[in-house]
Amino acid sequence: MRLYEYEAKQMLAKHGVALPKRTLARTAEEAEVGARELGGATVLKSQVLSGGRMKAGGVLFADTPDEARAAAARILALAINGQQPAGVLVEERRDIAQEYYVAVTWDARAKRPVIVFSDMGGIDIEEVAQTHPAHVSRTHFSNLRPLSDYVAKLAVARTGVTGNDLAPLTRIVLNLARIFVQYDLTLAEINPLAKLADGSFIALDSHMDMEEEARGGQRALLGELGIADADTRQARPPTPFEVEGARVDAADTRGVAGRVVEFDGNMGLVIGAGGGSLTLFDAVRSAGGRPANYCEIGGNPSVAKAAALTKLVLSKPGVERIAVMMNVVSNTRADIMARGVIKGCIDAGRDPARTIAIFRIPGSWEKEGAKILARYGVEYVNRSVSMHEAAQRAVAKMG
Amino acid sequence: MAILIDEQSRFIIQGITGREAVTMTRELLNYGSQVVGGVTPGRKGRDVHGVPVEDTVRAFTEHMHVHGAIVAVPPAFTADAVLEAIEAGIKLIVIVTERVPRRQVAQFVEYAQQEGARIIGPNCLGIISPGKAKMGGIGGAADATHRAFTPGHIGVMSRSGGMTVEIANALTEAGLGQSTAVSIGGDAIIGSTYAELMPLFDADPDTHGIAIYSEPGGPMEAQLADYMRESGSRLPVVAFMAGRFMDAMPGVRFGHAGTIVEGRADTTAEKIARMEAAGIAVADRIEQIPVLLKQRLQA
Repeated sequence: MRLYEYEAKQMLAKHGVALPKRTLARTAEEAEVGARELGGATVLKSQVLSGGRMKAGGVLFADTPDEARAAAARILALAINGQQPAGVLVEERRDIAQEYYVAVTWDARAKRPVIVFSDMGGIDIEEVAQTHPAHVSRTHFSNLRPLSDYVAKLAVARTGVTGNDLAPLTRIVLNLARIFVQYDLTLAEINPLAKLADGSFIALDSHMDMEEEARGGQRALLGELGIADADTRQARPPTPFEVEGARVDAADTRGVAGRVVEFDGNMGLVIGAGGGSLTLFDAVRSAGGRPANYCEIGGNPSVAKAAALTKLVLSKPGVERIAVMMNVVSNTRADIMARGVIKGCIDAGRDPARTIAIFRIPGSWEKEGAKILARYGVEYVNRSVSMHEAAQRAVAKMG
Repeated sequence: MAILIDEQSRFIIQGITGREAVTMTRELLNYGSQVVGGVTPGRKGRDVHGVPVEDTVRAFTEHMHVHGAIVAVPPAFTADAVLEAIEAGIKLIVIVTERVPRRQVAQFVEYAQQEGARIIGPNCLGIISPGKAKMGGIGGAADATHRAFTPGHIGVMSRSGGMTVEIANALTEAGLGQSTAVSIGGDAIIGSTYAELMPLFDADPDTHGIAIYSEPGGPMEAQLADYMRESGSRLPVVAFMAGRFMDAMPGVRFGHAGTIVEGRADTTAEKIARMEAAGIAVADRIEQIPVLLKQRLQA
């Protein structure tokens, strides 16, 4: 779950990292007032979750409050990668002597957090790592031992930083690492971290991601930042179809019918579960099919849940048929799935035989499932038909 | 032979009185696994399908050797259950629970490393050495498990529990049995990665080849490619890569918690290239896995 820049900066401020003076504006008028209060030159930054903000024209400079108002109006009207800005951050402009980079993230290979630090900040860190490897340090720290100053000092000193800059940079790196650990973040980045003409350091831009699974344990922080449960922070806001998918899943605790994502095809998918859905979605596409949706159903869902998901998929305009497919299942019952999808078709006023292009759920109660499907004239295939072959057969039935 | 578990392996189930765990216990006993006990605080003295229940892990480890533990408790209690098992001296822990926060996983994985214990999962279906024993919900009911999994010489590792079964079934249909199949878990940080399990398969004379299910996200496939290049592994490896459609959708999470394209190295195209460069054959369809394995086993 991504945080907006202004939220990340709120967390940095709370933990003693110096920042430019700033104010969040929701309208051009508020930006003008903010710029006047800050005095002097300002920078205005679009508050979107998407990257590539600078290139898209989401960051503008202003010398006067009037200019700030005009810049804010332009930024607020500009969608970046399909996202409307949540506001515009108005900040004082400072004279910068040097830019640094610092990030804390997970290294899944080492299974530990890693601090990435560079004395060449402000630009793409991957590129710096390629062209100037001695200027990028990577320093892991333990999940068990208390986080100590020397770890942060090591990260900074490894790039050759010494003298008066070492102590203040160490403190900022340590604070960022503590924020990362305390709030279950998956990324905590300050880039650029700027050294000003007077020798002090401030965080000019910051980017933070929190782990989805940690939302329950971080309610206090989310409350402080004003982030509601319904605020999913996905790359794009959920469509009404996707919201309804989440409601179907939440309505019944048995099994899961999660991650309903809308696509613009004509073939509805009732597929499961995690890995099976990825495999089947690929299989449909490689057979030339155009999926109307992605979903993950599994964990032995009830008849009602399978029916509700089926009905939802069929409610999407342009969906001619659905394919009901899973990998060989361990605990999901094929007969319950069969009853569920047939009920979903009937509830949607559709003939199951014409609507269900194929049914492939090998595993427990598959014989009972096959009998039910035969009664309604639905094509059933067993495990001798592979996932890819089943997808091909379903696609072949599409108009 | 097999890796990790066999018919001699005695293990306990933490959270045994939960609804899913009760079903799993019955399936495990029917398959022939040696489930010697279960732990649910406050339920001491009860039994689940004849398996005695205690309040603590130590109640078992103090008077018998316990080879492993299945952790099947809710996410909020998972870290505590894993620490209890490690502290009681158990060396193999299978965590089936989903949605355990990453920092907690990293903590108990680091503790396990220090204590010489191995963790499989979280968010997995477990381990099976076909015809010998299984540990976890993998395969479901005993008869369904016998149908999908047969004894043989292919090691299976998969980031998806369901696809572990699908791949084993495809191997079985093609006449290739399995030595041991491991559902390694779908999270970003897991106890044992492909490369960390490969030395066990390499050391098992009954394993002749490896089948792998992989996904976008994370460095696990790159780590496996490095292992294959550096170790001089004797085993032919065939991998299947799912989620190819995700390459065009960076930042969107589908499937498991560990499945997200964040950078170029996370894409399926990049992973396929890396694995092929290390001599791993990559199948486009599940049914190609046994075909490619047979070609390599005959070579």
